[in-house]
Amino acid sequence: MSSYETVIGLEVHVELATKSKIFCSCPTAFGKGANTQVCPVCLGFPGTLPVLNRRAVEYALKAALALNCRIPSFAKFDRKNYFYPDLPKAYQISQYDLPLAVEGYLEIGMEGKVKRIGITRVHLEEDAGKLIHSGYGDYSLADYNRTGVPLLEIVSEPDLRSPEEAKVYLEKLRSIIQYSGVSDVKMEEGSLRCDANISLRPAGSSAFGVRTEIKNMNSFKAVQRGLEYEVQRQGAALDAGRQVIQETRRWDEDRELTFPMRSKEEAHDYRYFPDPDLVPVIIDIDWVEAIRRSLPEMPDERRRRYVAELGLSEYDAAVLTASPSLADFFEAAAAACQEVKAAANWLMGDITRHLKAMGLEIRETKLTPSHLAELLKLQNEGTISGALAKTVLDEIFATGKRPGEIVSEKGLFQISDKAALGAIVDQIIAENPKSVDDYRGGKEKALGFLVGQVMRQSKGKANPELVNTLLRDRLG
Amino acid sequence: MKITREEVAHVARLAMLEISEQEIVQYTEQLNAILEYADKLKELETENVVPMAHVLPLHNVFREDEELPCLSREAALANAPAEEDGMFRVPRVIE
Repeated sequence: MSSYETVIGLEVHVELATKSKIFCSCPTAFGKGANTQVCPVCLGFPGTLPVLNRRAVEYALKAALALNCRIPSFAKFDRKNYFYPDLPKAYQISQYDLPLAVEGYLEIGMEGKVKRIGITRVHLEEDAGKLIHSGYGDYSLADYNRTGVPLLEIVSEPDLRSPEEAKVYLEKLRSIIQYSGVSDVKMEEGSLRCDANISLRPAGSSAFGVRTEIKNMNSFKAVQRGLEYEVQRQGAALDAGRQVIQETRRWDEDRELTFPMRSKEEAHDYRYFPDPDLVPVIIDIDWVEAIRRSLPEMPDERRRRYVAELGLSEYDAAVLTASPSLADFFEAAAAACQEVKAAANWLMGDITRHLKAMGLEIRETKLTPSHLAELLKLQNEGTISGALAKTVLDEIFATGKRPGEIVSEKGLFQISDKAALGAIVDQIIAENPKSVDDYRGGKEKALGFLVGQVMRQSKGKANPELVNTLLRDRLG
Repeated sequence: MKITREEVAHVARLAMLEISEQEIVQYTEQLNAILEYADKLKELETENVVPMAHVLPLHNVFREDEELPCLSREAALANAPAEEDGMFRVPRVIE
């Protein structure tokens, strides 16, 4: 493949976590029975009038400010007209030329450098319903529970230069939205969705190539893989002297490829016009500043504070601050036991592994910051070894019991008694003459093996430092 | 001519309106008459006038974020021409 530069822009939709819908008082809860959260307004019945949810505007502004946007003083809503039965009105209420927020940015770390990615605009619109396409009959079924859930559309500038960068941008965006507290941003529940525009151009060129729009990428991994596929596909076409066709393509997760979606050319002529049912929104400085003051410390600030004040590495600080619930947990645990590094290591290592395996966020588990603080104290005082601490952690996740209680109940005390350990050490030396010879012959590695055997024999209860000393004394 | 016959036919298709050749000619004439009339506005000096984005003299009409009871599923589906499994049955749409 010749040398091309990849140009990517992302359109991200985030469902806002308001209690009620954007233009009516129906609840927004996820996963309820079909068509049980609908009313004449969101069903588009004639004679009804939409009224804007104040909190939806406040949440949108909060997210926009967290993304460093400028908030124009005047915004309005427009109708985007199209015939598709996911919307019962035959138009979607959206914002066209006067959105709530413009000209923002966020910063991503790529190969140790900070890169600024522009945000073109942030606007509010209503979500569409869910369509189920029947496998047999010549019809589709519509559930309008999601219709009218407030949706924030965040459009990036074409500043992303690789599928990897696109993924990092998405992770950062999710983190910022989580911190601002306006959405769950769960891709698996559809509260965060992503479409991408992607094109290639000869390296060094400043004009844009022909782009395609990629839809249906339902996970962070899918976004990266879909874009990687598209880089290859467009590159191969250009290499062969063919033109890339401007079209919308759908990512197929199972077959790992994109294919063109069948759509009529004129379907994209949306004939936007101001919605006469809704009045404009005027946002004064006082309102903007009040919302700005309500924003918590954002991930970048928090990361810098962890490095400067807690002495963590850039990498550790970035991992810990990615999600606000993990960062809050870390700070509470570190404050309770004064073991900053150990708390960080446990959170990034064993605890993260547990969370991934369970598919849960830390606040959804039985582990609390005071559990972790107590566990670290027990380890630090030498009551339990690192290996035993892992056993205790498993037990906390399973039962929620206090670490001290688990240690007493299960008799997990560390053995630091020289006589008791000496007996095990002698036994292991007797059973492993080859390793003993290896060690005496200068193979330092053999000692590690022998320590491991003693630990195993003691069921993890032996004090590893003492085992080390005893072995060296006897073999020296 | 402000608007062509092709444009009228295109807009009709977008609006899912079936109109005859004769109607296309008729609507093209009528729409042009309207657009020509609107052209009178060009006689006004608008150099220092901010473009109007909305016709109503109101702004910031909000409701608070409160849940109220919805329709029952039966009531929601009562006017549907066809339903199945609690959902509206619509002509098949292919993406």
